[in-house]
Amino acid sequence: MVKTYDLKYAYSKSEPIVLPDIQVKAGEALLIYGESGCGKTTFLHLLAGLRRPTGGQIFIEDNNTTNMSFSQIDRYRGQNIGIVYQQPYFIESLSIWDNLVLSPFATSKKKARAISKRLHIDDLLTRYPNQLSTGQQQRAGIARAVMNSPKLILADEPTSNLDNKNCTHVINLLLEESRNNNAALIIVTHDDRLRSEIGNCIDLKTAVNKA
Amino acid sequence: MLGKIVWKNIIYKPLNSALCICLLLFGVGIITLLLLIQNQLEQKFHRDLKNVDLVVGAKGSPLQLVLSAIYHLDAPTGNIKLAEAHKIMNNPVVKEAIPLAYGDSYMGYRILGTTWDYINKYDGQIVVGEAYTESMEAVLGADVAESAEHKVGDVFHGTHGEARNGHVHEDHPYTVVGILQETNTVLDRLVLCNIESVWSVHSHDKEVNHSDVDTIHSLELDLNHEHDHDHHHAHEHGHNHSKAVQTADSMEITAILLKYKSKMSALRMPRIINEQTNMQAALPALEVNRLFYMIGVGVTTIELIAGGIMLMAGLGVFFVLFNRLRERKYELALLRSVGYSPIQLFLLLILEGLAFAIIGYLLGWLLSRIGIHFISIKAQNDFNLKFNWELVQGEGWIFLLTVLIGILSSLIPAWRAMKVDVSSTLSQK
Repeated sequence: MVKTYDLKYAYSKSEPIVLPDIQVKAGEALLIYGESGCGKTTFLHLLAGLRRPTGGQIFIEDNNTTNMSFSQIDRYRGQNIGIVYQQPYFIESLSIWDNLVLSPFATSKKKARAISKRLHIDDLLTRYPNQLSTGQQQRAGIARAVMNSPKLILADEPTSNLDNKNCTHVINLLLEESRNNNAALIIVTHDDRLRSEIGNCIDLKTAVNKA
Repeated sequence: MLGKIVWKNIIYKPLNSALCICLLLFGVGIITLLLLIQNQLEQKFHRDLKNVDLVVGAKGSPLQLVLSAIYHLDAPTGNIKLAEAHKIMNNPVVKEAIPLAYGDSYMGYRILGTTWDYINKYDGQIVVGEAYTESMEAVLGADVAESAEHKVGDVFHGTHGEARNGHVHEDHPYTVVGILQETNTVLDRLVLCNIESVWSVHSHDKEVNHSDVDTIHSLELDLNHEHDHDHHHAHEHGHNHSKAVQTADSMEITAILLKYKSKMSALRMPRIINEQTNMQAALPALEVNRLFYMIGVGVTTIELIAGGIMLMAGLGVFFVLFNRLRERKYELALLRSVGYSPIQLFLLLILEGLAFAIIGYLLGWLLSRIGIHFISIKAQNDFNLKFNWELVQGEGWIFLLTVLIGILSSLIPAWRAMKVDVSSTLSQK
C-alpha cells in the first residue's frame, strides 16, 4: 500500500511542482502518464526516496518515508523498493549473476536462481551486461528490482526503448512480478502503448494543472 | 561484494591498472633493493668488525688500511717491521693482538697468514679436516671451499697479489688440511694459513732462521692465554719448514688487529703510534662510519629518484580512479539505489586504491628480490661480497608508506563517489 499527500518539489529558482495524491494497493498497478519534462521522473525519485520532497508526505506500508533520515531511507529503499530504469544500469565489470546479487539486502542465491528462471535469463547469468540485447537487459533489470521482495516496484519508462512485442512482454513481466511479490507497481511513462495495458492511470499534466 | 567489485574493476581496465601497478612496483622495488643492500652491507661491515678496537699497519690511507686488514676488500698499505709490531703487541693496555700477513691470493680469495686466534675471533669451526699446524698447510673458508671445490688433501698454488691472473708461486704449493663452517663473516672468503707460510713463499733467497720463527711463536703464546693447543703444535714443527735466511730486523707482517683491555686507558695509543712510529693506527669503527657517510650521499640520490617514482605512482592511481569516476557515475548511483550507503561507496574507492598499492608492493618486493639475486652474483664476482634476500628492518615502513600512498591518492575520488547525486545522475542518460 502506497499513499502520497500534497507532494511538492521545487528545483532551486523555479516554481514548485505540485504532484497529485496517489494511492496504490499491494498487488495493484498505477500508470503515471506524462510528456517528458513534466516531472514524472522527479515524482518517481521522490517515491523512491532518492530525492526529498519540499512538502507533503509519502507512506509506504504505514511508514512515512519523508520523516526518515538519509541513511534510514537508503536502507529502507534497499530492503523494500525495487526500481526498474529506462536503460537498465549495471556494474559493467560484473557478470549478470553478480549484478543480480548486488544489493546488500538481497543476497539469496536460491532466490536469484528462481527469479532468473522465471524471467528466462538463467542461461545469461555468466555473461556481462554489454553482451546482452536491450530486451535481455531489461529482463535482467526487472530481475534485480525484485531480488529484495519489494513492497513497491517503481518503473521509469521501462518500455520506451522496446519494440511492440518486447513492450507487451516487459509489461506483463512487471505485472506478474508485482503480483508474485504482492507489491504495489507504479510505472511512469510517456509511452501510449501502456495505457491499453494498465487501466489505473493518472495523466500527470492534467493532474498537475488541476492541483 | 565490495571486494569483488574492487577486484573486477581492476581487471576490467587492465591497461589503466597495469600503469598504476607498474609505477608502484618500480618505486617499491628500487627503495626495497636499496634498503636490502644498505642494511646487509652495514650488517656485514659491523659483524666483521668483531670488536677490533684498532688496526695497525703501514702508513697510508686509514680507510684503505681498515678495508684491507678487516674486510679484505682493498690492497694493503704496505708492510710493517715485526720488531716494531712486537713492541705494540706487548704493550700492557693491549688485551689481544692478532698479527696478519698477506699479499697473495687464490682464485681471487685472499691468502691470509695469521694465528688461530683470528679464526676464533669470527667463531670459525672446522667442519672437515683439522686446523693448520705447519707451514704451507691451509684451511679454507666456506665460500672458498665451495667455489674451488677442494677437499682435504688437495694441493693448490697461490697467485702473487690480488689479481686472478698474476704470477703463480709454482714452487710453493699449499695443502688443504681443513675446511671451515660458514660464518657469514669475512672468514668465509679467506684462505687461512700460518704466518710462516706467507714468509716462506716470499723469501726465495733468504732462509728464515729459527730464532725469528720462535719470536712469532712466543709472541702468540704471550698474547693468547685462553687457547694454545694448535700453537704448541705449530711450535714443535714450525722450525723445519723454514728454508730461507732472514734477519730478525727485516721480518715483516702486514697489519695487527688490536683489542684493548679497557677503552679508557687506550685513548692515547693511536696518537702515539701515528706520531712516534712509522706505522699508522686506524680506528675501524670511525673509518666504517666515514665510509657509510660517503656511500650515503649516493644512496640518498637514488632514494630521491625512487621517492619521485612513488609520487608519480600515487598521482597515477589518483588519475586512473578519478578518470574512471566519470564513466562509473551511473554505477555508483546504481549502488546507492540498491541500498549501499555513501560510506560504503567511499570505502569502495579507497579499497581500489589500497588494492593497487598492495599489488604494487608485492610485485615490487618480488622485483627487489630478483634484483638482489643478480646484484649478489655480480658482487660476488667483483668483491667477494654476498647478499641474501631475507627480510630486513625497515621493509615494514616501505609497506606502510605504499599503503598510505594508495589511501591518499584515492581520497579525493572516494570523496567524490560518496557525494554522487543519485537522483540527478539516474535522470540523465
